[in-house]
Amino acid sequence: MHDMKKLAALVKELEEQLVVCMRCGMCQAVCPVYTETGREADVARGKLALLDGLIQQIFKEPGGVHERLMRCLLCGSCAANCPSGVKVLDIFLKARAILVGYTGLHPANKIIFRGMLSHPRVFNSLVRAAGMFQGVFLKSADEFLGTSCGRFSFPLAHRHLKAFAPASFNTTIGRLNINGGSGLKAGFFVGCLIDKIYPNIGHAVLSSLKANGVGVFVPDEQGCCGIPALSSGDLLAFGKMVRYNLDLFSAGDFDFLVTACATCTSTIKKLWPMFAGDLSEAEKTRINELAEKTMDISQFLVEKTGLVTAASDGKNFDREKALISYHDPCHLKKSLGIEAQPRMLLGANSGYVLKEMSEADRCCGCGGSFNLKYYEISASIGRRKRDSILQSGCSTVATSCPACMLQISDMLSQAGEHIRVKHAVEIYADSLERDLDVDTH
Amino acid sequence: MSTRNGLLKEFERVLGRDNVFYEETDLHAYSYDAAVVESCPPWLVVRPQSSEALGKAVHLCNENSVPLTVRGAGTNLSGGTIPKPGGIVILTNALDKILEINEEDLYAVVQPGVITAKFAAAVEAAGLFYPPDPGSQAVSTLGGNVAENAGGLRGLRYGVTRDYVMGLEFFDSNGELVKAGARTVKCVTGYNLGGLLVGSEGTLGVFSRIILKLIPMPVAKKAMMAVFPEVSMASETVSAIISNKIVPVTLEFMDNFTIRAVEEFSRAGLPVEAAAMLLIEVDGHPAQVEEDAAKVESICRRMGATRIHAAQDARERDKVWEARRSALSALSRLRPTTVLEDATVPRSKVPAMIRCIEEIARKFDLSIGTFGHAGDGNLHPTILTDRRDTGEWLRVEKAIDEIFEKALELGGTLSGEHGIGTSKSKYLEKETGRAAIVYSRRIKAALDPKNILNPGKIIGERVCTI
Ligand SMILES: Cc1cc2nc3c(=O)[nH]c(=O)nc-3n(C[C@H](O)[C@H](O)[C@H](O)COP(=O)(O)OP(=O)(O)OC[C@H]3O[C@@H](n4cnc5c(N)ncnc54)[C@H](O)[C@@H]3O)c2cc1C
Ligand code: SF4
Ligand code: SF4
Repeated sequence: MHDMKKLAALVKELEEQLVVCMRCGMCQAVCPVYTETGREADVARGKLALLDGLIQQIFKEPGGVHERLMRCLLCGSCAANCPSGVKVLDIFLKARAILVGYTGLHPANKIIFRGMLSHPRVFNSLVRAAGMFQGVFLKSADEFLGTSCGRFSFPLAHRHLKAFAPASFNTTIGRLNINGGSGLKAGFFVGCLIDKIYPNIGHAVLSSLKANGVGVFVPDEQGCCGIPALSSGDLLAFGKMVRYNLDLFSAGDFDFLVTACATCTSTIKKLWPMFAGDLSEAEKTRINELAEKTMDISQFLVEKTGLVTAASDGKNFDREKALISYHDPCHLKKSLGIEAQPRMLLGANSGYVLKEMSEADRCCGCGGSFNLKYYEISASIGRRKRDSILQSGCSTVATSCPACMLQISDMLSQAGEHIRVKHAVEIYADSLERDLDVDTH
Repeated sequence: MSTRNGLLKEFERVLGRDNVFYEETDLHAYSYDAAVVESCPPWLVVRPQSSEALGKAVHLCNENSVPLTVRGAGTNLSGGTIPKPGGIVILTNALDKILEINEEDLYAVVQPGVITAKFAAAVEAAGLFYPPDPGSQAVSTLGGNVAENAGGLRGLRYGVTRDYVMGLEFFDSNGELVKAGARTVKCVTGYNLGGLLVGSEGTLGVFSRIILKLIPMPVAKKAMMAVFPEVSMASETVSAIISNKIVPVTLEFMDNFTIRAVEEFSRAGLPVEAAAMLLIEVDGHPAQVEEDAAKVESICRRMGATRIHAAQDARERDKVWEARRSALSALSRLRPTTVLEDATVPRSKVPAMIRCIEEIARKFDLSIGTFGHAGDGNLHPTILTDRRDTGEWLRVEKAIDEIFEKALELGGTLSGEHGIGTSKSKYLEKETGRAAIVYSRRIKAALDPKNILNPGKIIGERVCTI
């Protein structure tokens, strides 16, 4: 039997935040999951009502509420549009943690978060081993996009996954600590997806920083930002990951911490300070300081450097321009309000013209583990994004989050569409490489 | 009559298993709407995928005497979608197709679950105009709009939903399809059933198709903002504008409390010392618009406006409306519970009504911000409170009673656009008198003998007694 009374007492902690919802239902307009399913329990209003129901002890067991709480991309579209200013993501993350604390962590998650992700050295070497063998399991589906699909029938077989890169960013680069001509120095938080799947983005970050005279500090054996653990309600593992990274970066001396992953940026800025758990005052101060100086790479380049461009050198004006479109990652636009800066990076490459897609800030449907658990919903949200991309007529689509890139590549590849998927900083760095002869590595 | 379990199976057979929800979490998610009233979970929730399935669901309910409540987006503010214990909620959000937009004959045919703003955008893309624009239009359904006879910001010049309903197809309580109205501008064939069904809040029939009138898009528009040192000046300005034979699209009012809340929230540079503000928009042919705008401006000045600002371009126009659009957001952030009321008085009584609301706020020691459609006399006194504070909540209930009493005293009505539902049904008799209620109950009893169609809404529980 579940002690629903005890659970009610735990959830009651959220009451002050929950009562802010006036049940107006305006979140229905923007929730990507609700748009697909039409079920009230999938939209923020419904989920908040369910949490309220836990406080009122309406339910016989917690499983139903937990399941519905997980059917959420944590995209923040609801929060960004809520007239009442409900802190929906805070509430959902806290509620997930409470429910996991109460019902226990799923054994598979325990292995992933506590066994692997919170021990970056172990995880990194596992991935290195997996990278060597993945050729056996994944056959290449689309050489152009670089996606693979499963060779054997296992649950992921119909998807076009990006394979692990042959060599991770970290393995190639190791530790870096160099000063630049401008006197500015940036710490670079790489993040799992860039490190292991899209190392090119990491290299593009380095060359962009270099071109702008920014020094860089990259500690090796970097860890995960912790969002997979936090969004699964595993506060313990999350706290470990935060502390690990904190110690790693405390060793460096830099003015700003940059990332090229929208999700990492918003996690570090917003969630590290809030959820890192029982920390000493000194640690809290360090986290707050680090969060304060964390920036998305495009924001950093646009606001803190002169943004060197090929055009400013007067080169290559007459090149034929290709159409490029930009997808706003939820964790950048809705969470941090950053939308102009990445477009300015694209504008800095004279080889492209920006062609906006419709609903550029509509969620791509990835949502991290949501994509694994609810692939069908995730894919139908993704197909809407794919259609917007196709309608824009672009030949390249850029964004600022490797997770969005994975989802968009999957959707395009399944449809057999040959549109390149790139990070905005890759587009920028690309122009530098060609026009300014900046060597990348 | 089947057993409950048998009936559930029957619904699954008729509608498909994926479209029948009965888990406790799903049921709880359909126990409320946007009104601040007691919630109640249904026994079952169904989501028909076709008009035919919708009719079958209604029929099954009637055969088994199970009360049903239709739900569009669940944004009504009067408890209209709160089901009966043991009842069924029927969702219309899968019936979301625009079936036809006819540019020659200026009408459109839609399913009931089409979202208002999406419809308005599709109509606009065809170069036409569907004016009713409730504040909830980004999510509200056309079925819900018709069932509530929803209004909006453009009511003054363009009327409300009722003025655009040319025809309806609906299921009666036994699931038989009834057709009312036509695709023609004129139609006197039979009783005006459509007229009866508009605003019936799901108590007389379930819409499956709606024929809506469209009009040409006005070519030009101009918005302005006028600031007044006294509330009475603002409302006298409203009357003066209209008696000068100018009918603006929109004539919105914000009181000092609301102005301060909006300014606090958006830092748009609003005059926090002003007693009242009017937000006005005129539309039509460009020359006419310029002329009307100039006239409105001079009337405002004559009536004592201390500041007038006319939007020079689309961006400035957006800014004017942004201030109005954020009124509810700004207010609702002040306290946990927001009670959005809807008392409506004749236009000339707006100053008196606003004074009464201010007195009521003082008397019951409550925060009330008032904004609304001054051109229609439709005010939204918004009470900011915390429902968990039982002492304060009692005062809120008393204040609501008194707001209604005053509105009626001033020759007004209980609800301009939010409907009666359950939250206002107890006040109904005071406004309409006994005879109207008895008459309505007879209609209800005749058309819905088993009282399955959203029972308890509008005319209360006792239906067949007379
Ligand atoms: C923020 C906010 C702003 C608002 N602003 C306005 C405004 O400016 N003007 C205004 O008028 N209202 C406003 N409202 C109230 C509300 O949005 C309207 O009443 C709207 O018409 C309800 O539409 P809905 O789809 O949500 O209907 P629901 O709330 O789902 O249902 C409303 C009623 O219609 C019935 N119904 C729904 N579909 C059918 C059908 N197919 N057949 C028969 N009956 C049906 C239901 O049973 C119920 O009684 C606002 C609400 C909110 C939360
Ligand atoms: S928009 Fe905000 S206040 Fe309205 S129902 Fe959704 S979460 Fe609640
Ligand atoms: S975070 Fe995104 S998916 Fe989750 S409820 Fe809000 S809008 Fe829907």
